[in-house]
Amino acid sequence: MSAVMVSAPVDERRPLLRVESVSKSYGSTIGCRDVGFTLYPGEVIGIVGESGSGKSTLLNVLSAQLPPDSGRVEFDLGHGGLRDIFTLSEPERRRLMRTDWGIVHQNPRDGLRMDVSAGGNVGERLMAIGQRHYANIRAEGLDWLAKVELDASRVDHLPKTFSGGMQQRLQIARNLVTRPRLVFMDEPTGGLDVSVQARLLDLLRGLVRELGIAAIVVTHDLAVVRLLADRLMVMWKGEVVEQGLTDQVLDDPHHPYTQLLVSSVLQV
Amino acid sequence: MSAAMPAPVQWDTAYNFAYLDEQTKRMIRRAILKAVAVPGYQVPFGGREMPLAYGWGTGGIQVTASVIGPDDTLKVIDQGADDTTNAVSIRRFFERVAGVATTEATEEADIIQTRHRIPEAELAEGQVLVYQVPQPEPLRRLEPREAETRKMHGYAEYGLMHVNLYEDIARYGHIATTYGYPVMVNGRYLMSPSPIPKFDNPKMRDMKALQLFGAGREKRIYAIPPYTSVKSLDFEDHPFTVQSWDDCCALCGATDSYLDEVILDDRGGKMFVCSDTHYCGQRRADGHVGPQGVPGVEEAR
Amino acid sequence: MYVAVKGGGKAILNSHELIAETRRGDPAVPELSTRQIANQLGLAVDRVMAEGSICDRDLAALAIKQAQGDLVEAIFLLRAYRTTLPRLAMSEPIDTARMLVRRRVSAAYKDIPGGQVLGPTYDYTHRLLDFALMAEEGAGAPVAPMGDAPLDEGMPHVADLLDYEGLIEPELADPEAPEPFDLTREPMSFPAGRDQRLQNLARGDEGYVLALAYSTQRGFGGNHPFAGEIRMGEVGVEIVPEELGFAIDIGDITVSECHMINQFEGSAEKAPQFTRGYGLSFGHNERKVMAMSMVDRALRAREFGEIARYPAQDEEFVLYHADNVEAAGFVSHLKLPHYVDFQGELNLLRQLRREHDERQLREAAE
Repeated sequence: MSAVMVSAPVDERRPLLRVESVSKSYGSTIGCRDVGFTLYPGEVIGIVGESGSGKSTLLNVLSAQLPPDSGRVEFDLGHGGLRDIFTLSEPERRRLMRTDWGIVHQNPRDGLRMDVSAGGNVGERLMAIGQRHYANIRAEGLDWLAKVELDASRVDHLPKTFSGGMQQRLQIARNLVTRPRLVFMDEPTGGLDVSVQARLLDLLRGLVRELGIAAIVVTHDLAVVRLLADRLMVMWKGEVVEQGLTDQVLDDPHHPYTQLLVSSVLQV
Repeated sequence: MSAAMPAPVQWDTAYNFAYLDEQTKRMIRRAILKAVAVPGYQVPFGGREMPLAYGWGTGGIQVTASVIGPDDTLKVIDQGADDTTNAVSIRRFFERVAGVATTEATEEADIIQTRHRIPEAELAEGQVLVYQVPQPEPLRRLEPREAETRKMHGYAEYGLMHVNLYEDIARYGHIATTYGYPVMVNGRYLMSPSPIPKFDNPKMRDMKALQLFGAGREKRIYAIPPYTSVKSLDFEDHPFTVQSWDDCCALCGATDSYLDEVILDDRGGKMFVCSDTHYCGQRRADGHVGPQGVPGVEEAR
Repeated sequence: MYVAVKGGGKAILNSHELIAETRRGDPAVPELSTRQIANQLGLAVDRVMAEGSICDRDLAALAIKQAQGDLVEAIFLLRAYRTTLPRLAMSEPIDTARMLVRRRVSAAYKDIPGGQVLGPTYDYTHRLLDFALMAEEGAGAPVAPMGDAPLDEGMPHVADLLDYEGLIEPELADPEAPEPFDLTREPMSFPAGRDQRLQNLARGDEGYVLALAYSTQRGFGGNHPFAGEIRMGEVGVEIVPEELGFAIDIGDITVSECHMINQFEGSAEKAPQFTRGYGLSFGHNERKVMAMSMVDRALRAREFGEIARYPAQDEEFVLYHADNVEAAGFVSHLKLPHYVDFQGELNLLRQLRREHDERQLREAAE
């Protein structure tokens, strides 16, 4: 297994993730219903809605953490083409989560090892795929800390000594070190100060563009999707009520709920 | 072994030979066979309560009890010594329930049950080394859940162990594990060698004897068949190293054995002595003398 | 000159003699007999039988005498003895509904068919030391008064009464089910079925199970428990010998049983019902069976889709640490020599400190 997953040159038009008619409910409560879309390499899609809209359920299904009641989620594994992620064996799925996918949790504590140093957190994926040279692993760790604008002097510090914004940057570095082709983000700036949010979004946008990463970003915050997402899906009560190019949807919303969402954002 | 017909062994007939009933021994031997077939893999087994406490060698005792025969000669050591209290206790147990011959001479033993050390003298084909194991799972301190560690072994997901070693180097400049140092067996399974000092790890590789590991409380058996590769985990630029001492053994002068520190007085006076008591005694019998030793003297019993 | 000390063997033998002498105590005082222990320290015997997993009062009394009253040590003695016993047969499940009840109470109802039978209990005693029991001739031979009428023949389980109305989740024997898990034959395996969990708790340390149950009452998990029923008395044990093909009664044993009624659960499709917790033990062991039933319910969190976030709900945590023979063994094993490994740690620590000092010197020089 090579040190870094290198995907074969992908035809721009070959889908990276294909979602068909995904539905999931809890008893009589609908989580999400009949959701479908296709994501291409390097594309960022935003899923917006308020709490209870079903967006988190959808994200859990898409990232293979929750099986849907019906529908399919297929991912292009590179060799062998599109595969239904729920038919993968457990070791295949676990390996996918550690290499070709990233998951950035809203609360960075859910995505970091709090009792392992920053360098160790970033280096873990590298060690998991077989890297065995301490200085090289540490150098790559320092490299990534720089990329996410964390000070190199913090490389041996534990994440609990970091601020929320710094922990989030560390989580991002930890996920991106194996250059995943797809990253799931759940409210990546939720819980952070407004000023910190802006800087983090800028960073994310830069990294995503530079590394050609595809991403699915779930958020209630329109500013996040405005900055990060190429396309947008608006969810309300478990259904997708509107979708399209981000700017088009936000500048000219058709569905009444989207109109409500857009108009209720405070113009500062 | 002597050429004359040995007297038939006598043991306490209130019990089956070697205490365990034959069904139980068969069950344990099946687990041992599985373990030998998959070197380094922990095989669960239905361990029984023994007359010695959990944590005091019940796993090793059950393994020994399942493989020992009336013609076998048994050696038992703890911390490398034959006469530490628990080694004595276990040896007396087998004398009572199996009546087998016992010895302190490493080369004369068919089965050597050990706690925390591998004998200094190289073992031969046909010998069996039985290790007492308190915690068979090398990942346990990093991941408390058994359900998760079984998956990690099943899928060979050992990155976490390397993270642990990385952290040591980042914090101390060295890998800070000095005993129970994790090893990769047969290139596939991560294994705990039991709390032997890392000094002993190299002896496990390509050993001529069969190595069996018994954890009674955790109910796991694992094994390393003879001539199997055993590699201690490290980094390319921080290779595995063993301990060394500035002193030699004060009694026999050995410079290649693991040394125990003995405190002599309350002013910091100390000396170093071979941990392997038989090895040390043998050297002295052969005429080697250390700075504080007297040649060929047998200690008072 | 340093001479390595030998004589571990002699030390051990002498130690055994010392225990024997300490155990006997003052020779002028009459020796305690196992019959006295079995008769007059019955509740200690009950606990040792339960956790030692052998229903034999005389053996338990012997173990208690040999262990000088250290019950955990006595439990260890019984368990080790059990290893040597052959398994002759598997009994039919005991039918506690047909128990010859000596005590039976329910907190859920004021009165129940068969009545509330107080029986022998310390519950309503005043905990005042009774110095009359210290007299040489003892407390004599007190005789409790007989009741006016015999107890009811029919003492249905309170849980069955609720079951009749469909108010409590049914507990039906599964005819397809494989044999119950046997922890004395196989190592624990996760996720654990309810049979494995209950067996583990039945053999588990009473103090440990009690503490976990207590934690669920104080907010670390919690299912609003009500003591549906606690009963104690004799049940018949039956086996079906192959040669006969029908069940024969081989004797009676005393057991304690607790049914806990817990918070109701329901869903969109299913009407809500009370949920159960169960406890069972050899002998008279109320505290144990009550605690066991509460921890049983806590461990069923997964079955009811409850989020398990407290220690009593964590299956691996609870079950791995419940066995006091294992726990006592491993904790006390720290008394064994560990000087070889300690030597390794000493060496490393000295090296790290040397390097630290060298670094300090270098930095000071700069």
